[in-house]
Amino acid sequence: MDLLDGRLLTIVTFLPLATGLVLLVLLRGLPERVWKIVALASTTLTFLLSLLLWFRYDATRPGHQFVEHVAWLPNWGIHYFVGIDGMSLLLVVLTTFLMPLVLLAAWNEQRKQARTFLFMNLFLETGMLGAFVSLNLFQFYVFWEVMLVPMYFIIGIWGGQRRVYAAVKFFLFTMVGSLLMLIAMIVLYGLHQEQFGAVSFDLVRVPGGGVPGLLETAVPLAGQAVWWKTQPWLFAAFALAFGIKVPMVPFHTWLPDAHVEAPTSGSVILAGVLLKMGTYGFVRFALPLFPIAAEQAAPLIFALALIGILYGALVAMVQTDIKKLVAYSSVAHLGFVMLGIFALNEEGLEGSILQMVNHGLSTGALFLLVGMVYERRHTRQISAFGGIAKPMPVFALLFGIVAMSSIGLPGLNGFVGEFLILAGAFVVNPWVGTAAAFGVVLAAAYLLWAYRRMFFGPVEEPENRALIDLDWRERFVILAVVVPIFWIGVNPNPFLRRLDASVSDLLHQMETRKAAALQTAPPVQAAVSALGVELAEGAVR
Amino acid sequence: MVESGTATDLLRWIPLLPLLGALVHGVGLGLLRREMARPLVIAISCGAPIAAFAVTCVAFARLLGLPGEQRALVDSVYNWIGSGRVSADLAFSFDALTAVMCLVVTGVGSLIHVYSIGYMDDDHRDDGGFQRFFAYLNLFLCAMLLLVLGDNLLVLFLGWEGVGLCSYLLIGFWYGDRWNAYCGMKAFVVNRIGDFGFLVGIFLLLWSLGDAATLNFAELRAVLPRIAEQTVSVPAWLPGGAEWKLTTLIGLCFFLGACGKSAQIPLYTWLPDAMAGPTPVSALIHAATMVTAGVYMVCRLSFLYETAPGAAATIAWTGGATALFAATMAIAQTDIKKVLAYSTVSQLGYMFVAAGCGAYSAAIFHVGTHAFFKALLFLGSGAVILAMHHEQDTDRMGGLRRWLPVTHAVFLVAVLAIAGFPPFSGFFSKDEVLLSAYAAHQIPGHQALWAIGLVTAAITAFYMWRLHFRTFFGECRADAETQRHIHEPGWTVLGPLVVLAVLSAVGGFFGLPAIWGEKIGLPNALGELLHGVLPQPEHHVSHATEYALAGAAIGAATLGTLVAAWMYVWSPGVPAAIRSATGALSRLVENKYYVDEIYDALIVRPLVAISDRVLFRVVDAGVIDGALVNGTALGVRAFAGNLLKYAQSGLTQGYLVTMVVGTLVIVAWMLR
Repeated sequence: MDLLDGRLLTIVTFLPLATGLVLLVLLRGLPERVWKIVALASTTLTFLLSLLLWFRYDATRPGHQFVEHVAWLPNWGIHYFVGIDGMSLLLVVLTTFLMPLVLLAAWNEQRKQARTFLFMNLFLETGMLGAFVSLNLFQFYVFWEVMLVPMYFIIGIWGGQRRVYAAVKFFLFTMVGSLLMLIAMIVLYGLHQEQFGAVSFDLVRVPGGGVPGLLETAVPLAGQAVWWKTQPWLFAAFALAFGIKVPMVPFHTWLPDAHVEAPTSGSVILAGVLLKMGTYGFVRFALPLFPIAAEQAAPLIFALALIGILYGALVAMVQTDIKKLVAYSSVAHLGFVMLGIFALNEEGLEGSILQMVNHGLSTGALFLLVGMVYERRHTRQISAFGGIAKPMPVFALLFGIVAMSSIGLPGLNGFVGEFLILAGAFVVNPWVGTAAAFGVVLAAAYLLWAYRRMFFGPVEEPENRALIDLDWRERFVILAVVVPIFWIGVNPNPFLRRLDASVSDLLHQMETRKAAALQTAPPVQAAVSALGVELAEGAVR
Repeated sequence: MVESGTATDLLRWIPLLPLLGALVHGVGLGLLRREMARPLVIAISCGAPIAAFAVTCVAFARLLGLPGEQRALVDSVYNWIGSGRVSADLAFSFDALTAVMCLVVTGVGSLIHVYSIGYMDDDHRDDGGFQRFFAYLNLFLCAMLLLVLGDNLLVLFLGWEGVGLCSYLLIGFWYGDRWNAYCGMKAFVVNRIGDFGFLVGIFLLLWSLGDAATLNFAELRAVLPRIAEQTVSVPAWLPGGAEWKLTTLIGLCFFLGACGKSAQIPLYTWLPDAMAGPTPVSALIHAATMVTAGVYMVCRLSFLYETAPGAAATIAWTGGATALFAATMAIAQTDIKKVLAYSTVSQLGYMFVAAGCGAYSAAIFHVGTHAFFKALLFLGSGAVILAMHHEQDTDRMGGLRRWLPVTHAVFLVAVLAIAGFPPFSGFFSKDEVLLSAYAAHQIPGHQALWAIGLVTAAITAFYMWRLHFRTFFGECRADAETQRHIHEPGWTVLGPLVVLAVLSAVGGFFGLPAIWGEKIGLPNALGELLHGVLPQPEHHVSHATEYALAGAAIGAATLGTLVAAWMYVWSPGVPAAIRSATGALSRLVENKYYVDEIYDALIVRPLVAISDRVLFRVVDAGVIDGALVNGTALGVRAFAGNLLKYAQSGLTQGYLVTMVVGTLVIVAWMLR
């Protein structure tokens, strides 16, 4: 395995794209089946290699591991700089895990330009992995944008009726946010250059010396510099880019359209991984770069997250299209994730990052399941079903397990994340914590209601009577997700322990940066702690 | 770390054995779709609870061998969730309270498993329904045992939600019927409202304990004094003023959870509908075990409620109100299982009266005896339903003792027990409950509470005898075809009935109150067992008063019995006459006070309507997506199409003017 040493992360990241190019250029004349096998083999290998990352990752060590640093455009401070900590590790493994399943789930789907479709998926995987492992902000931005392209085509070419509208909407929404982020990045870059006299987009110092990282830049507080150089505005630009991706209410309306129009694999990746790009962006960049602004914005984000949880659940409840229902449920679940992140404490953050994985698994599986029944019935209207537990008992069982995971039943993965998030949010603001906890009631309501209408009752439609249960390929795909659903539910500690060092590192970093910034400036009353303290004082006497 | 007991690896096997049973069925039938031979299904799924019962007995024997009052066995398997201030082991503890609950759960559970062999015999012949049923039943037992064995709040919650899931699955067991599926969902969602309270209770504890945050019961008991005197400010219009004790708030949150699981006002509505499930399920889950989980939790957290008088009073009064309210609804039901369902709600109310009044061991005593006689009633009604070919309406029964002598006899024992006639078990436990209310000076209006309990006892006797008479006495109202086929069920059904009948008859002697025990030289075994675990109320009631209270209870039961006999045996025309005389009132009662309809109209429908018409159609599709998102897009297009296009006019003069103006502006800017 010496071959892999020092370049494992690069191999994991670029293996899919390399396979994709081979597929596109060299394997042209071969039958479709071979393409599929090649793509599946490559993504499976990527997953296995990422397992090496999982096992070789030293959970006791803070900071980034598997670091690689290569000069790219050194005059501009742009380097190829990758490395992972616990947070990125979990998301990398989630991505590599979902990709082969997605391809396997689409095995029998007949579609135009099958080879291009596979290429786009592989290209997308490299884009996502690249974003998760980037430690150079510019490089991150490249991957962040590159990712849009294959997803745009996946929705726009292989999507449903309104695919072009949905694809353009998806693209434009993300672009608006990213452009502001790009400007903020350049401003940050300028500040860094002013302070250290050297150019670098690297987030942290390269191991063994070199230029200080962007994270060491002192970002002026409001009133200390021109407005566009200060924390609130820079944070706002980053937050908008990430918030659209999450998506946070009210920037969420691209999501139902994109989900519904995307083919199954697109929906799974979109929900499973792409949405996490936003939440990941918050923990990786927005929080440590602008800690004071982040704390000041926390009440606003708490409010939006809470609205997302309750509003997303209520709107999900009244959907007539099962895929749209799952899409809106994502708005609610991601609201939980945002809530935990901005609790800014250990259990909240760890719960949130775990919940990113959980949501990827359970919502990913829900989209896979919806896709399987859509393939059979060519409708997603809940009312078109009814009583299909009778013809499809295995499907009903697996759907039930995944739905329960999404509802947050203890013993399954969703509970662990939600519980930690709520515990973290509650100690910051009991009222928000309480209101968010009510989301668990609504989750049960919308999912069980849909489940009842689809699976229970008499089988009235003749097409439903003839439905064929899942075959072994399909069972395998869902079971592969159900296993970690149980595993995380029963024993989440292997996941949580891998987060400990990174999360406490993040919190520590925020504290020190905050302290440093406040030393040079008149104290700014951090709004979130003020609110928290006020409530706590009001409540406990 | 608080020293909490003697370590052992034994306890994990108690929930694990039923879990293994469920897993075998779940994988074999659920995933592989391979139906197992019936004898094997029976061996696995009935063997599991019996083995769990045996292990419980071993653990119990070991517990009794330990010295001291705070004795307990503990079994910590591994750290389940640990992050920040949240840390919970998958750990079990086995003290006297858990021992009693475990014995009841595995004991009654085993009997009901055996009963189900006969009851579910001809069910779902085509799709492995028999095996599916036992898979759910085993899973339920596992969850229930996790609930009572859990050493911390999180394991308790794991079991708590697990039993809720199994309840959902089993209520909707015959899922081909829309109504059953609806009832299952209703049970789960209503329970979730309670679970919300449970969760908030946990978070309040974590929040207020700060650095000492813990979820472990023994540790909580140790650190609770830190927050026992804290107060919180609440809206001033709430009863008790603007300052509440923190523990009261926490206690009420947990009690909301108990209201859901144990079907108390205002969350009781799911339990009567839960009767849609197969009858053994009603007996096991919705009578003997799961629904008592709320009572168990309150007893488990007795150290919290001891410092929260407001919460304790709320529990006692909620219990009293529920007991009476549900009893009045049981009067007018004709479905044999519905009567029993409302009766269960009412009896659970009694348990909360005792728990709220600080008589925790009386509450557990009633949990035990109720498990015996109510399981017997349900299983007996199941035998009747089976004999009548799935007829549940007592309007089409009557005179069944002719065909079903054994069922009639055991049913009679259960009726005597629940109505509270000595020396049947229900008499002693109900007496303890009523005494605790009478003596609880810390509860406002405790004597009124006692009176409510007494009235409820009379009503209970009335509706139980009414049910008994209408089922087993008089002329049979079934059609001739059905009558020809009525016969006693097989031994797997009758065997458990007889065992439960014996327990219902003599179960009271396990916890015989001192005034009776002294007479015959029998100690209060249950009371002594629970003495170290649960706080004991200090009674200041003389023996004379105790006898008077018991006499009043017997009088109430007799009165109820006589009225029932008069109305349904001696003068069968009376009920119809009363019904026509009190038209609106009896319709109100028959329709269960329209509570379901009111909830539906006030909560469910508005919520769905607002979500659909306001949130989704107006806010989401209209304002956000329509006006803001697509509006922006249209605006940009209009701007580009109507204005920007003139910039691209192709006329050189125009470009020239623009260039000159632009240059001037830049120069002006630089010279500023």
